[in-house]
Amino acid sequence: MRIQEHPVLKFDRQEKITFVYNGQEVEAYPSETVAAALHAAGIRKFGHSEKLHNPRGLFCAIGNCSSCFMNVDGVPNVRICVTLAKEGMIVKEQDGKGVIWDE
Amino acid sequence: MNNVEILVIGGGPAGLSAAKAVASLGAKVLICERDEFPGGQLVKQTHKFFGSEKQDAGQRGIHIGQNLLQEVNDHKNIEMMTKATVVSFYEDDSVGILKNNKFMKYKPDKVIIATGAAEKFLVFPGNYLPGVYGAGAVQTLMNVAGVKPAQRVLMVGSGNIGLIVSYQLKQAGVDVAAIIEAAPNIGGYLVHASKIRRADIPILTGYTILEAYGDEQVEGARICRLDDKWQPIPGTEEDIECDAICLAVGLSPLTELCWQSECEMLFVKELSGHVPIVDQYLETTRKGIYAAGDVTGIEEASSAMVEGRIAGYSVAESLGYGQDSVNELREAAEEELKELRAGPMGGKIRKGIERVENKGGKVHVNLNRYS
Repeated sequence: MRIQEHPVLKFDRQEKITFVYNGQEVEAYPSETVAAALHAAGIRKFGHSEKLHNPRGLFCAIGNCSSCFMNVDGVPNVRICVTLAKEGMIVKEQDGKGVIWDE
Repeated sequence: MNNVEILVIGGGPAGLSAAKAVASLGAKVLICERDEFPGGQLVKQTHKFFGSEKQDAGQRGIHIGQNLLQEVNDHKNIEMMTKATVVSFYEDDSVGILKNNKFMKYKPDKVIIATGAAEKFLVFPGNYLPGVYGAGAVQTLMNVAGVKPAQRVLMVGSGNIGLIVSYQLKQAGVDVAAIIEAAPNIGGYLVHASKIRRADIPILTGYTILEAYGDEQVEGARICRLDDKWQPIPGTEEDIECDAICLAVGLSPLTELCWQSECEMLFVKELSGHVPIVDQYLETTRKGIYAAGDVTGIEEASSAMVEGRIAGYSVAESLGYGQDSVNELREAAEEELKELRAGPMGGKIRKGIERVENKGGKVHVNLNRYS
């Protein structure tokens, strides 16, 4: 959910764009990260761990911890907490280690 | 190979201040920032800073960051490279920078490492669940993107970050179920704790988290009381209904590049981990490589900015700049740092720094710096 009113901050949101998450359209603003847009849409599960297949989400939000790795436009291991949302982007959940070339 | 006079690694409070200090004495500097937007964690600090006027106290961190960035952007001697990560240090003093999937080599005359810190994690069952966040992550979502991370949050840790972020969650319209603290006392400043009390958020001291539970994401947390030996007291378990758990349990210096540069490191628990041994000019034991800000030990942004200045002045001086004014400037900065660390809350930092100084036998140290 997006914050509409805030006692200190004003959020300068530009024109809405959309990207695709697991086949579903998600609205975003070009100034926000993929992680923020997914959170705004109520989506917090970004993938699964390699061995136990536990669900994984955001932890550090500064591009440091690797918890938010997703597949973006065919590229695995993208830190979506520091990747800005773009129109038409294809974002997919990532299970375990990313695969660079899918045979 | 690209040549550059001074390379500052990290565009946060310490790095920006260092670059500004360097440039003010006439040297040229390149700042390398891995994020798209420089400013470090100042970009999400909506609270007003403490300290004296010299450190812009009374202003919100976010505005301090904006002003600093403006000055850096306006200075002709400072170049800013964003989305650029310094990934390697070489024996010949060159560094590798990765930008847009391209690898570049630079050979700076001097380097200031200002890489900052990262949030610590905590071990408990269910800690992997989506909805377990670093407190800073929640701050980024709320204050940078304007997105609510959850409906109801349990905050773990009552240091300044735990207290401040809890208050900011409330400002963003998010419910804070409680702040739990393992120690018998509240960790952060009384001013922040009083605001929390006025906001009707309970602070439970002597409590820890036992587990996070939920199917695909956090649906609740189990907490319990601790005895005076930090052991859980059976029968005191309580369930807290929440859809997020925030960990505000401290930070670790981001020292990968220090290790790579092979400067001498020391584990100092008061400074929150391994830190490079630095002398009074903030030079590490590897000549020409300096360190400033949280990477030299976890403190506040105000101290990081002053450290940045000290490192910046010293680096410029070592290259022959500002000979007539540098001592005075550095002494003034050292005085500010001393003031910032003077209070009862600075005791831990002073102890940690003393340990670094005691270990720094080989380098030039001033043991009376904080006495």
